[in-house]
Amino acid sequence: MTVNLNQVESLTLQGQIAVPYTWWVGRVGSRFLIALRDEAKIIGNRCNRCNTVYVPPRGNCGSCFEDIDQFVEVSNEGVVSAYTVVRFKYPLQPVDTPFAYALIHLDGADVSLAHIIKADLDKLKNGVRVRALFKERSERTGHILDIDSFQII
Amino acid sequence: MARRVAIVGTGQTDHRSHRPDVNGREMIYEAVKRALDDCQLSIHDIDAIIIGNMDHFESINYVDTWSVEGSGAVMKPIMKVTTGGTTGASVAIAAYYHVASGFFDKVLAIGWEKNSESDTTAAIITCSDPVWDRAFYSGAIPSLATEASAYMKQYGATQEDAARVAVRDRTNALSNPHAHLRKPITIEDVMASPMLAYPIKLLDVCPRTDGAAAVVFAADGVAQKIAPKPAWIRACAARHTYSWFGDVDYNAGLLSLQRASKEAYQRAGIREPADEIDVAELYLPYSYAGLKWIEDLGFCGPGEGPGFIRDGHTDMGGKIPVNPSGGVISTNCIGATALLRVAEAAMQVMGKAGQRQVPDVEVALATGFGGCFWSDVLILGKARP
Ligand SMILES: [Zn+2]
Repeated sequence: MTVNLNQVESLTLQGQIAVPYTWWVGRVGSRFLIALRDEAKIIGNRCNRCNTVYVPPRGNCGSCFEDIDQFVEVSNEGVVSAYTVVRFKYPLQPVDTPFAYALIHLDGADVSLAHIIKADLDKLKNGVRVRALFKERSERTGHILDIDSFQII
Repeated sequence: MARRVAIVGTGQTDHRSHRPDVNGREMIYEAVKRALDDCQLSIHDIDAIIIGNMDHFESINYVDTWSVEGSGAVMKPIMKVTTGGTTGASVAIAAYYHVASGFFDKVLAIGWEKNSESDTTAAIITCSDPVWDRAFYSGAIPSLATEASAYMKQYGATQEDAARVAVRDRTNALSNPHAHLRKPITIEDVMASPMLAYPIKLLDVCPRTDGAAAVVFAADGVAQKIAPKPAWIRACAARHTYSWFGDVDYNAGLLSLQRASKEAYQRAGIREPADEIDVAELYLPYSYAGLKWIEDLGFCGPGEGPGFIRDGHTDMGGKIPVNPSGGVISTNCIGATALLRVAEAAMQVMGKAGQRQVPDVEVALATGFGGCFWSDVLILGKARP
């Protein structure tokens, strides 16, 4: 018997995968998050071979493939190196729209930090100076959003 | 015509239930650095990289790109290979193909997993069909329990027979400083451990481990300059069979392993595996596999597994020592697990296995197992093929 597909209702199965995850930040990344939480400071680390200062810090330099052990404090201020203002709403966005996704080149770092800007979006342009706005101490948990956002200075 | 290929270096982490001190990328870096140190190469000597894990264990889909800082693949060709439990053997075989093809001289194979980061069973069941198999027969336990029960019924094997396999592997792990579980157990301990699903008890099965492994493959002519005694790839074979748990003939043995090993033996010119292979690192995720699958590998005849184990033929000093490393029952960082079998087999051939070294290894066997009864087989040898 051949089945005429036009005469068969195409069923679907509804499903949702709910797998909980607990990612280890590791000792290097934890140091960065603890500095945010406890001291409202931003730290990076410097590869001794190529002198690149990475923010957030990482265990090894990808280019040199060597351990990095020299932590450095970078500034809470820097410049916007790229951005886009987000208008559409989506559940996984960190805050309500409108806001900007931005890359922040902090003073003392060689790479940019991905973060958000919430205010004065009409003044945003590349090169504009910004400063980290930290959440209150009691609200900081050791998370990248312990920096609430960056503010245009 | 494929080029001859040899393993010239291996590296692995010190495997643990949790590695809070490193993220996945940093853990991969540890294994890669150790593999490079082992053969005194720099990452800049490596031409291409193959990496594998199981996406859902860490919720990281693009491990090939996400990991480059740790894998050393910055500005190099890198490819992800994911085949479930066989992943580690598949990355090894893919690395072999890369070198054998003539396109790359030195290729790094990496397997890793951070099982502590997720719910392993919730992640594993995503391997199976969401409409038909996922709700009823997925995860590691149900199909293995069926296989074990069928084997016991067919040949009269007992739970104590299986426990002997777990005790052997866990005892061997005491000589492996990298192993995860390094506490001795007895047959009584296995028998007294909680029943998960008849006949499988807690101490019959592998743990969940955080760990990574890395292996360097090199082409004929290059390999000998890197390592004085490289481990040559004599043969490899892969058989991935069913995707429906109900299609498996649980009375017929592990068909994929029968077929893959038969092909590998033919290529390597092996007629009597138990006599001609000096050591085997087998992917035995639970103790009953150590009875049945050695029959599928032709170490002994059907139903002879329990006696073969009881007579000590697979112990250190026996006819064909199995899992000097402690095997999967002692360490199971899933994406790395089968690559650890290959690495350990290579270390045996290269005479670098330390306290767990089997004397005078000429030929070593490594296997991978995964998915719905899939098998990968590699045969390594001291003599250039
Ligand atoms: Zn560097």
